[in-house]
Amino acid sequence: MDTISIRAPSMPSGGTKTQRRVKTRLPAAIALLPTALIVLVVYIGCMLWTVRLSFTSSTLLPKLDWVGLAQYSRLFANDRFLTSASNIIIFGTLFISGCLIIGFLLAVFIDQNVRGEGLFRTIFLYPYAMSFVVTGVAWQWFLNPALGLQKLVRDMGFESFTFDWLVNQRMAIYTIVIAGLWHGAGLTMAILLAGLRGVDKDLWKAARVDGIPTWRVYTSVVLPLLRPMIVTAVVLLTTGVVKLYDLVVAMTLGGPGIATEVPAKFVMDHLFERNNIGLGTAAATIMLITVVSILAPWVYVRYVRPQGRHA
Amino acid sequence: MSMKTRVSAYTLSIALIWSSGALAQQKAEVLHWWTSAGESASVKVFAEQFTKAGGSWVDNAIAGGANARTAGINRMVGGNPPTMMQFNTGKQFDELVSNALVRDVDAQAKTGKWREIMPKPIVDATVREGKFFAVPVNIHGQNWMFYNTKVFADAGIEPPKTFPELVASGEKLKAKGIIPLALGGQPTWEHNLFRAVVVGHGGADMFRQLYGTRKPDVLKNPKFKETVELFGKMRGLVDPGSPGRNWNDATALVITNKAAMHFNGDWAKGEFIAAGQTAGKEYGCTVVGQEPKLVIGGDVFVFPATKDKTALATQDKLVEVLLDPTSQLEFNKKKGSIPVRMDVDVSSMDVCAQKSHAILKDPANQVESMEILSPPNFSGAMQDAVTQYWNNPSMSADAFIEKITSAMRDAG
Repeated sequence: MDTISIRAPSMPSGGTKTQRRVKTRLPAAIALLPTALIVLVVYIGCMLWTVRLSFTSSTLLPKLDWVGLAQYSRLFANDRFLTSASNIIIFGTLFISGCLIIGFLLAVFIDQNVRGEGLFRTIFLYPYAMSFVVTGVAWQWFLNPALGLQKLVRDMGFESFTFDWLVNQRMAIYTIVIAGLWHGAGLTMAILLAGLRGVDKDLWKAARVDGIPTWRVYTSVVLPLLRPMIVTAVVLLTTGVVKLYDLVVAMTLGGPGIATEVPAKFVMDHLFERNNIGLGTAAATIMLITVVSILAPWVYVRYVRPQGRHA
Repeated sequence: MSMKTRVSAYTLSIALIWSSGALAQQKAEVLHWWTSAGESASVKVFAEQFTKAGGSWVDNAIAGGANARTAGINRMVGGNPPTMMQFNTGKQFDELVSNALVRDVDAQAKTGKWREIMPKPIVDATVREGKFFAVPVNIHGQNWMFYNTKVFADAGIEPPKTFPELVASGEKLKAKGIIPLALGGQPTWEHNLFRAVVVGHGGADMFRQLYGTRKPDVLKNPKFKETVELFGKMRGLVDPGSPGRNWNDATALVITNKAAMHFNGDWAKGEFIAAGQTAGKEYGCTVVGQEPKLVIGGDVFVFPATKDKTALATQDKLVEVLLDPTSQLEFNKKKGSIPVRMDVDVSSMDVCAQKSHAILKDPANQVESMEILSPPNFSGAMQDAVTQYWNNPSMSADAFIEKITSAMRDAG
């Protein structure tokens, strides 16, 4: 187990080498035991319980019968789930790539030693301090054609101005992306900025001596150096994508129609409002499988393959 | 926000006292989701009456019906139930009965002659295996149409009596720059509007076949397709800002003369009252359809099973308080509903409540609500279908009917 390999600073005490090792490791093991138990019982246990329930016909209360894959075949015949699945792909792709691009540009902008850097940093990072519910409600008002931007521009005299994405079935999911970007880009900026500040000044001097244009230094030298920060940002943003729920509930409630439904909302609605634990847990299991199948190759490459190097 | 925090801190401290076994005489912990201003004023009536009767009411309000039910059910399953808990009249507590988690109150029902003084749909929705397992406290009509009297008078037209008329007068109002129909464009309210059209145009039997028996033959009825198409035409009567709007914002459009008509349950009256308007004066209420069929539901309280003698006695006292004629009248005045006891004199209530009472006097006009007829599973699937149809003008009636067919098949 990983927990045992954590080495406490050696204690000056007697006994044989093995005894000493047990002595030094025992407190660490005891300290970590509750965490390990929680992970095993609560996380893994609940996961297994969820998967088990997805093979039952449970409705309001859990029931341990066996209906095979019936819930899954219903799930994949369900319009709303299929829309949710495609929405999360659209959102995930645009949100992560958008946050990285905007975040990187903002970070580069601030890295130019602009005046009032602290102010800009605060402004850009501020949205992240808001909850998704506040973000959702604010953008809902702003984008509502009868209250927000469209009305404002029309009142200024541009009668034909139309921006009704929020109430347009085909475009509504992009308004969620916009709100998500507004919320998440600042965090990405902060992470990447930290990376930019860590780039060795000598590299810049060398590049300048060689007469390489600044943009080229950013794309070919700095970006590869930022790889660990980008990975961190992507991991953080991805968890945001998987658990996307409150933003949608606050902003569109899945509407118009089912245009902005997402898997997490599907699960919540079926578990708690529709007394359909079977179908809800089946959807949750599919989410789990998707996340695991995306993570597994990465974990393999990162931790399993280079066994020798990994301490 | 601070209100909510205070309520939950209160709840927590109560829960602590409760579990530590410091049980005072006749202390009743009541779990419900009546948190809005009008709702909490109405539940206070019960609390005061119970206090007068010598009990001690411990209020445990949890915002949001689904949240409250989840919390309550978890506590019952976990063996630490509240003394009394709210549900909507209907199937929400079916499995609590079949798992013996709630007690029956049939003895009180027999003494109080509940079967005679309450409308049959409400009785049927509360009785399981021949016994009352909950106490109904009110009747809400769900398919009321509220309208702005001034807007109609200015336009020189009468409020519509049927749905084809409604579409026609809606077009006229629209031409005058008025929003004909104020709709909270959330799936729940779109579905509520659909049900009003089904019961008003298709009739009570069609409503019962669709939500109750749930056999596909009703969908083949040409009248059903006609109803669906009529509902589709109403899409043109709402304003572009409708999607995502809260129901009370939709009601506000009627209050502020911006919109003419609004379908909602009688709980919307609270908004008009809060704006200082009087039923029959600034706004009117009517049931649209060939015959005035009223879709009725409401709230009930269930009593978690217990062996504790004190708790049982407390529960008995609560039952008495809930159905006492005075508490019935005062509670329902504040709640916007009408008393569940048809033998209570309603002449002191507003004109909408009196109209409601008059319609329900004839049992033929009482139609069970969807919450009574359908399992949440099916109503959820219906809601998904309705919201897709409503929001996608290019979707045909046949495609919509196809979706209902599969909803019926899946929900069983």
